[in-house]
Amino acid sequence: MKVRVSVQLKPGILDPQGKAVEQGLHGFGFAVDHVRIGRLIEMDVPGTDPEEVKARALAMCEKLLVNPVMEKASIEVL
Amino acid sequence: MRVAVPVFPGSNCDHDALHACGTIMGWETIPVWHQETRLPEGTELVFVPGGFSYGDYLRCGAIAALAPIMADVKRHADNGGLVLGVCNGFQILCEAQLLPGALLRNESLRFIHTDVHLRVERADLPFTRALKAGEVFRVPIAHAEGNYTLDPMELADLEARGGVAFRYCSERGEIGESHVPNGAMNGIAGIVNLKGNVLGMMPHPERAVDPKLGPTGGLGMFFSLADSFSRA
Repeated sequence: MKVRVSVQLKPGILDPQGKAVEQGLHGFGFAVDHVRIGRLIEMDVPGTDPEEVKARALAMCEKLLVNPVMEKASIEVL
Repeated sequence: MRVAVPVFPGSNCDHDALHACGTIMGWETIPVWHQETRLPEGTELVFVPGGFSYGDYLRCGAIAALAPIMADVKRHADNGGLVLGVCNGFQILCEAQLLPGALLRNESLRFIHTDVHLRVERADLPFTRALKAGEVFRVPIAHAEGNYTLDPMELADLEARGGVAFRYCSERGEIGESHVPNGAMNGIAGIVNLKGNVLGMMPHPERAVDPKLGPTGGLGMFFSLADSFSRA
């Protein structure tokens, strides 16, 4: 099954990249605030039970995909 | 005195580590490819070098932390063996959970290469015993992700237990935001684990040891290690 893991910096963690992009958008006249940059990971995970596939993706987050000091993830089984 | 230097694809300070430990200090220093599963017999110090292991993919140090050799580095650390991680090596030790916290992108978003001054916060470690508490030494930094970050509660714990080994400071040892090049919390440049045998730092002491190449502010740490080994 197709799984999409979206990794975001935790609230409160400074995101200088987001800040730079925000300033860039302001430069083009867009009124935006709180721009945060994350990472999107897509993969095929074998299995047919969405709950089981999600649990496996969660284990991947804990082992490697997410650093809990600074990041949090949301998992979507498509 | 035997030193192992794990080499990952993308390490680029491994030769600096070999030069400092081998040529300058005269220690037997052995590069160890990341696919190896055992450190050389009798390894006393593991020097995890700087660079861009695995191209900094995913997060700096995240993939290197899973390399086969790292399991043996953890075993070495668990047995009380010394581990020094510099720059990317520090990032790897954090990702391997041998040290707490994480290194984020520099506040300025820029790769910074410059000399910095460090204040010694812990002079009782195998890595620092030839230095004095409060002493200032000068070493280079060269990194884009050196912005040390930790959950506020854990940061308070780290400070309370004396886990900060070095802080960025002025030439005269003054602490303050203006002396922190990368936005690191509390001006933290280097930390040590609870047992005092695993130290990670962003600055490069191994790049400041050879009088033929420039200032030698990093030598104090190597003399400290030499002293620790002669006592062992």
